[in-house]
Amino acid sequence: MARLVVLGGGVSGHTAATFAREWLGKEHDVIVITPNSQWNWIPSNIWVGVGDMRKEDVVFDLAPVYSKAEIVYEQARALSIHPDGDENNPNPFVTVEYTNEERNGEKAEIEYDYLINATGPKLNFNATEGLGPDEGYTVSVCTEDHAVHASKELEKIIKKLKNGEKQKILVGTGHGTCTCQGAAFEYILNIESVLRRRGVRENAQIKWISNERFLGDFGVAGAHIKSRGYIIPSKIMTESLFVERGVDWIVGAHVNKIEAGSVHYELLDGTTGEEEFDFSMLLPPFCGVGLKAYSRTGEDITSRLFAPNGFLKVDANYTQKPFEEWDADDWPKTYQSPEYGNIFAVGIAFAPPHAISKPALSPSKTPISPAPPRTGMPSGIIGKAVAHSICDMINGKSDKPTHEASMAHMGSACIASTGSGFFSGTAMALTVYPIVPDYKRYPGTGRDLEYSFGEIGLAAHWVKHILHHLFLYKAKLKFGWTKIPE
Amino acid sequence: MKKIEQTIKPYDDKTFNTMLAGSYVQYMRSCLIWQFVRLIVINIKMLKVVVKSH
Repeated sequence: MARLVVLGGGVSGHTAATFAREWLGKEHDVIVITPNSQWNWIPSNIWVGVGDMRKEDVVFDLAPVYSKAEIVYEQARALSIHPDGDENNPNPFVTVEYTNEERNGEKAEIEYDYLINATGPKLNFNATEGLGPDEGYTVSVCTEDHAVHASKELEKIIKKLKNGEKQKILVGTGHGTCTCQGAAFEYILNIESVLRRRGVRENAQIKWISNERFLGDFGVAGAHIKSRGYIIPSKIMTESLFVERGVDWIVGAHVNKIEAGSVHYELLDGTTGEEEFDFSMLLPPFCGVGLKAYSRTGEDITSRLFAPNGFLKVDANYTQKPFEEWDADDWPKTYQSPEYGNIFAVGIAFAPPHAISKPALSPSKTPISPAPPRTGMPSGIIGKAVAHSICDMINGKSDKPTHEASMAHMGSACIASTGSGFFSGTAMALTVYPIVPDYKRYPGTGRDLEYSFGEIGLAAHWVKHILHHLFLYKAKLKFGWTKIPE
Repeated sequence: MKKIEQTIKPYDDKTFNTMLAGSYVQYMRSCLIWQFVRLIVINIKMLKVVVKSH
């Protein structure tokens, strides 16, 4: 009998746990440890954030789903990994602190044979003074509760607009090293769409601010698509849409301080500026959740297992090198820890070897460039591949990981909503292959243009809506869920 | 509805220097018949990438 423990129940962890449960015999245990009682389909949070969906539409309770699947569910926060056990226990284990009502604050040790770290990120609002909904002046759509709060704040702005007051709306990234620009892109265009729908657009000034070198970078070095005989960069598509919607923009910006009603920033050329706002949604940068690791003797070995940013080191090439020497093979394939063969990391929890977008520094050496996204489709594919490898190892088929899922050999299909409504909605459909540009295989663009596609329209909005229901259906493990691709 | 060219400000770095969707493209983006066709096309394009990525 083997025991697989999965830390985190987001897209990647949930995918890994549910497929492992499907593929492993009942004599083996699958345990999910997550501090949350609900699963959240994060891509739809932007619709909650503008009031087009309710929180209940994007979440469901994990307990009944895991109970039905015979997955052991511990509502707890992982604190530390003890890969060699300790002086009292020779088996590897993790320490956790429960977050449910019955056992809140209680600590426990949970043993494992195989461990998947899928904790996702810590939303590092503290990186910028004044950032975030709790202790700052900006809202967020990173969690379902943040999105509900953002929606309420936006509603106050709409009331003022209806009263004829001019309002300034600022959306983007709240630090020079943020990722997930796509979510902010969706949010700003959904706000614009909602304001038009409610007849108050004329009084609103809407502005984008981000750490991207150019609009449409999205943390993946942008994309090129073939359309009507042209090869068009995502920069043109995004700029075109912003001009069409009357959205102004600032790029190459590191937001370094936020006060009530104003954002201070530094640009790549070294200039500084201040932007006023009445409503602002700025994404935080991500870092690891702060998991520690200890040896059998109690020595702190966190730096052996984790990168300085708190994400778990896996089979990537972490050698520091300039952008010109980056290689597709730097990216991890099996997501196995080089230190311990029974530990893996998936989704945002694995440490990427470097960024995807070209790094940039301001004259004062402030890093201003996006961190690499590891969410959505790649996150699910990586979770499934790791689950497959672990199942093969548990079932004695191999003593090494049997499945690979490198982001340098994987594409991504992305639908970015630019406004909802069954007949009036639009979205940008974008596919790229591979996610990490490979300039050796595909000189110039770094991508295979046969698989790179982009289009804006109502149909893409329908697809986004279909995917919302499809992935919630799949995550609830309803009939045929294994047949739905990640 | 304001014509898209009216959003262009001469010699403005942003509005003057990008490609804009004209009224025909904007109409087709919400034309139901055409968008049903595009729904099929988008699904095929996405499935190709999904199949290649698994």
